[in-house]
Amino acid sequence: MVSTADGPAQDANNPETENPPTPPPSSSLRQPSTSSDRESEEERPPPLPPRPNTLRLLDEGGASLRTSRPGAPTNLQSRATTAVSLTDIGCHDAGKESRVVREGSETLKAQASLNHLTSSRGSETGDTASIRSSGPQGDIGDVENVFGDFVATDTGLIRKHSTGLLQFPEFQADDVEDDFTSEFEPVGEVDEEGGNEEQVLANWKAKRKHYLILSAAGKPIWTRHGDGGLISTYIGVIQTIISFYEDSKDPLSSFTAGDTKFVIVTKGPLHLVAISRMLESDTQLKLQLEALYMQILSTLTLPSLTHLFSIRPSTDLKRPLQGSETLLSTLADSFTKGSPSTLLSALECLKIRKSHRQAINNTLLKTKVSSLLYGLVVAGGRLVNVVRPKKHSLHPGDLQLLFNMIFEAEAVKAGGGESWIPVCLPGFNSSGYLYMYVSFLDLRDDANPANDTKTTTTKEESVAIVLISANKESFFELQGMRDAFVEQMEKNGSIKIIKEAVAKGRPSTTDIVPGTVLHHFLYKSRANVQFTMSSYDPEFSTVSRRRRLMSTYNNLHASIHARHTHVKVHHCVSQSSSSFAWVTPMFELYCVAGANANRNALAQSASKIIEWVRQEEERLFIIGGAVF
Amino acid sequence: MSESTSANTAKPSSSVKLVLLGEAAVGKSSLVLRFVNNDFQENKEPTIGAAFLTQKCSLPTRTIKFEIWDTAGQERFASLAPMYYRNAQAALVVYDVTKPSSLTKAKHWVAELQRQASPGIVIALVGNKLDLTNDANEAAGEAQPEAEHESSPADGDEATEETQEEPDVSNGDARKVPTREASAYAEEEGLLFFETSAKTGHNVVDVFTAIANAIPESSLKSGRGAGAGTGQTSLSGGRPAEDSRVNLGERGAATAKEGCAC
Repeated sequence: MVSTADGPAQDANNPETENPPTPPPSSSLRQPSTSSDRESEEERPPPLPPRPNTLRLLDEGGASLRTSRPGAPTNLQSRATTAVSLTDIGCHDAGKESRVVREGSETLKAQASLNHLTSSRGSETGDTASIRSSGPQGDIGDVENVFGDFVATDTGLIRKHSTGLLQFPEFQADDVEDDFTSEFEPVGEVDEEGGNEEQVLANWKAKRKHYLILSAAGKPIWTRHGDGGLISTYIGVIQTIISFYEDSKDPLSSFTAGDTKFVIVTKGPLHLVAISRMLESDTQLKLQLEALYMQILSTLTLPSLTHLFSIRPSTDLKRPLQGSETLLSTLADSFTKGSPSTLLSALECLKIRKSHRQAINNTLLKTKVSSLLYGLVVAGGRLVNVVRPKKHSLHPGDLQLLFNMIFEAEAVKAGGGESWIPVCLPGFNSSGYLYMYVSFLDLRDDANPANDTKTTTTKEESVAIVLISANKESFFELQGMRDAFVEQMEKNGSIKIIKEAVAKGRPSTTDIVPGTVLHHFLYKSRANVQFTMSSYDPEFSTVSRRRRLMSTYNNLHASIHARHTHVKVHHCVSQSSSSFAWVTPMFELYCVAGANANRNALAQSASKIIEWVRQEEERLFIIGGAVF
Repeated sequence: MSESTSANTAKPSSSVKLVLLGEAAVGKSSLVLRFVNNDFQENKEPTIGAAFLTQKCSLPTRTIKFEIWDTAGQERFASLAPMYYRNAQAALVVYDVTKPSSLTKAKHWVAELQRQASPGIVIALVGNKLDLTNDANEAAGEAQPEAEHESSPADGDEATEETQEEPDVSNGDARKVPTREASAYAEEEGLLFFETSAKTGHNVVDVFTAIANAIPESSLKSGRGAGAGTGQTSLSGGRPAEDSRVNLGERGAATAKEGCAC
């Protein structure tokens, strides 16, 4: 992840930018509202107010970083409307920044003094943001002042244009809303006469996202859609292209053709290729490919992968990987649907009281057996508890693989019993297997066990006890531990607490901030490598809606993490939504509101969310966790 | 998991460790799920590692608690198999009646079990997916058919095989392994033999009942099962269970009347 440091901007010492005669930020509203052409930066709409040259250059630089999808409407600067633009923020000098941060504890004072400044100066906006985030306490009242002068122009302008703009899809990649579910359907198989080959190939080509894994020797290993036969010609082309660049000692990492982005990651003897017609950045796609590679390692371990190819470079890896294809596919599908966990490289936890979590931790520790390495309680992909040895931490990427296996792929759950699974956690140790005991808690009401309506608990609702050991013979030991642990939890009411927390689901934004304009948010706690978010329901329940939401987040995330930018606050308005990102050394907040949301309300809600998270921090996140 | 011991306290209860082995996608997990939950899932995803399940089986004189290891059929898990069959008193070696290569693989497993597993292990050879053959019609009605969608999308191993095999046969009979061939082999090796359909439930309970009956009384002691502790690792000695093995090649000859109360 290219998480650019939040320190002072590169050009901070440039005397010219130190106190730039920035135009009132409200004027920048006009820039994108006319930018319905989202074609390219060259076609940027005219009514840009005059800006200092240096800023202009910066602006161009920032924009071109994100134009890696020529032809696609991803150019943020040209599309976004009310950006507290890169330029506005990347221009405070280093001395000021550090002083401000030092004064963090005296927030009120600092903020008060800033309020006297004319906040029409973009640089101050950036500073204020950083003060607020480093300060221990949020003060909502101030936000109004920070963004205050935008308010007047904001709503009116956007409303005026929004009626005309709504006819355009948010992102070209997402425009065929109803079609998206077909993304996950099989392409079908070529029958024996090959009569339907064209149809199958057309289905294949219609997919907006492809993942291909091939060996360096050019053997297809896995493809998300279709089979080896169908795609063999494409594999050949890809291999030729990759090896051409390899020969010239300049490995190809990505390229774009039309609206399609190709990203290649080479790991040892494997090439992993992502082909996407959706709104995703190179970095994001690379992360996804790396996760797929981790999944392969998790199945095979690194030494055995290396060994296989060192004996025979033309090894067909399909056979050793047999049976794990579904894991790759569910992983790929969760990326395609949009995975906040992957985007943020963080984990989500189940929100319960600190004392309740403590009670479960203690129960886990009390029932711990000697062969236990990690003990986890997981509710539908959300971590409830974790106990671990002092020396070892858990890698979020590893947990993501485990959660994918346990909750997304049906294999473990459909087994109907307890599972004993050899698994390599590459983040922990890529050279060997650990053994994982998995058992699902039965959370159905005990009152009517005869009620055999097969109320299949959804992924979100299933709760698993995961006990990991390095000893492959320790199944019965861990089974005993599980029984004791569950019995204790029944006794001390922990099961009930988990059950209620799961049933409650994620809070909606209006639960947190009554009457807020926000429809959804993601909050990542950087220190804890964990995130929390609001409920997808009701607005983002469908797969395609959720995909649009994730595209918006991808977009925000890419722009705020673009190399060489030091953005702290990023506000972006399109015809169907306005979105807002706020990054500090402590957290990353991404939120989405309706297109007409005014910026003041947005900022106010955002800081209320921050305040809420701060209050609930020990419930939302596992801080420290239990060690033994 | 299974219900607690309360109902059959009168009868002596004992545990039997049972392991399922066989090529990938022959329907091992489906057999177990039919036996344990009386459930069937079309296009079930392959098992990862192994699953451990329990189910009770009530015989006239005693209650047997099966502790079942349902192993993954993929080759990369093969090296873990000894861990599961080492102390097992019974093994179910499964093949797919529509796939000859799976019988070959089953024979390998039988040989390995005879060589390495506890002496006296009761082995049942089971040909699954009988519903894909013509014999399926006769078997219909015997079980509780779940909602069945024959024309489900060709996604997943089982369905893939169906579509691949079907063109070869005119009358919809996808059978590739004759009953006679498999039963002759089973008789030769002293195995129990059944043809089943996890999908319709045909013969599934019968397999487990027959195994329960075939386990010699002597090896049923503690609740944890005779093989639970150490011991039984000696590879010498004959097969005490030999004479208690029954050839049940003929369909319907199974001891169905003693069926499990589960």
